[in-house]
Amino acid sequence: MNEEIVIAGFGGQGVLSMGQILCYGGVMQNKEVSWFPSYGPEMRGGTANCTAIISDEKISSPILNTYDTAIVLNQPSMDKFEDGIKPGGMLIYEINGITRKPKRDDINICQIAAYDESIKMKNTKIFNMIVIGGFLKVKPILEIENVIKGLEKVLPERYHDLIPLNEEAIRRGKEIISYGHKLN
Amino acid sequence: MKELRLMKGNEALAEAAIRAGADAYFGYPITPQSEIIEYFMAENPEEKTGMVILQAESEIAAINMVYGAAGCGKKAITSSSSPGISLKQEGLSYIAGAELPCVVVNITRGGPGLGTIQPSQSDYFQAVKGGGHGDYKLIVLAPATVQETVDYVKLAFELAFKYRNPVMILSDGIIGQMMEKVELFEQIPRSDKEYDWATIGKKPGKDHVIITSLQLQPEEQEKVNLRLQAKYREVEKNEVMYKTYDIEDAEYLFVAYGSCGRITQKAMEMARKKGYKVGQIRPQTLYPFPVEIIKKVTGQVKGILTVEMNTGQMVEDVRLAVSGKIPVEHYGRFGGMIPSPDEILNAFEQKFIGG
Repeated sequence: MNEEIVIAGFGGQGVLSMGQILCYGGVMQNKEVSWFPSYGPEMRGGTANCTAIISDEKISSPILNTYDTAIVLNQPSMDKFEDGIKPGGMLIYEINGITRKPKRDDINICQIAAYDESIKMKNTKIFNMIVIGGFLKVKPILEIENVIKGLEKVLPERYHDLIPLNEEAIRRGKEIISYGHKLN
Repeated sequence: MKELRLMKGNEALAEAAIRAGADAYFGYPITPQSEIIEYFMAENPEEKTGMVILQAESEIAAINMVYGAAGCGKKAITSSSSPGISLKQEGLSYIAGAELPCVVVNITRGGPGLGTIQPSQSDYFQAVKGGGHGDYKLIVLAPATVQETVDYVKLAFELAFKYRNPVMILSDGIIGQMMEKVELFEQIPRSDKEYDWATIGKKPGKDHVIITSLQLQPEEQEKVNLRLQAKYREVEKNEVMYKTYDIEDAEYLFVAYGSCGRITQKAMEMARKKGYKVGQIRPQTLYPFPVEIIKKVTGQVKGILTVEMNTGQMVEDVRLAVSGKIPVEHYGRFGGMIPSPDEILNAFEQKFIGG
């Protein structure tokens, strides 16, 4: 298994921590991992992205220009990363952020209404965990329990009472993700 | 089981310095390495090991604080990124001239000038050929992973004290910012060893110790230079480190260091899949440079491509090692741009295969 992921969206959407949580989940599952953020002159409301690699083998390049999976949470990110997805790869997008539908027909495309779901759950901060849930549904590369263990490492201890809520968010994400285009 | 963590390169570096038993860190923030001082401040090692953490008023002040601490025989470290490292050059030349141990970290960003905050390898010449004045050398370690960053902090202090010479860890924004799995070594206690060269108060019956880089008599200064040169020959003999990948049957060779070494490794794997027998050498010490292994491979391969995030710096050292026997080409991206593996493969095909 070697999964090369890019996660992109607005600053403040939890894009960087999504990558970290997945990587920590990978560490808990004895995988090799690498996480690299865009650390340009980004600001709140600007675009942010990170690449996360989770692999059974040692990772050579932490820098990618093609991806197995792109998770995009806004239109600029879709514009930037849709073309970089490997043929047969996976695009996951959050429907609220997207004004132009993806154009590729040689990849799997999934959509998730994570923002609406987070409002239903009365906590928009768990938006990114809903997306992670969706991702793990269509790419079951990690056990949920390992992702939760990873979350325990990323979250400061004073927030550990929120872990059951995050677990619920992952579960909801698994339920609500749907295919827009599925390759045979 | 050893302690396994997922850490940013910069944070891991700071943690490693604490665990290496460092006595002091002096620094001044600059992107992309500010997490180093932030981590130190948050960890507050003074409470645990007694290590002093101090944000100086400038990079120049920081390197001179290092000079002072080193003069007392203490393990001192400073870090910065390219423009800040330029400011430290006078201090580095003095410390090398006074033959004192210290560790300096450069999390390189694109230049010249203030340049960009994105990663680069454009400070190779400065690090390896001596950015300050006078005939001196830094021992230069080039980590390619967060794990190597941690290991090299420990090694850097060992080498600095073994040779009483400044050691530079030449890293870049990629390794500083990325997170990887890392195994941390056990805490090494701070040492209270009193070195006979350290200025820690004159003992009765002993001469006072003078630390200086100034010799007004040229005869004396020449002796200093000869002593330094003898030391550098020892370093060249003992401390070369490199990694090789698939060189046994290689017809072509890639040479790349640090983060670029890893990207190039992926390009090498892609080239192999296309049927080109490419091997790779990744220098882990840039000074001393792994001359012998490159000489050895020169007899076997048809050409060498160096890949660097600069306009062509290490390529000069590879050409010196090869002495014109085979073509040595360079491929680089610069100004904060990062080459991709397929770009490197394309460059290789264009330069050597004729694509």
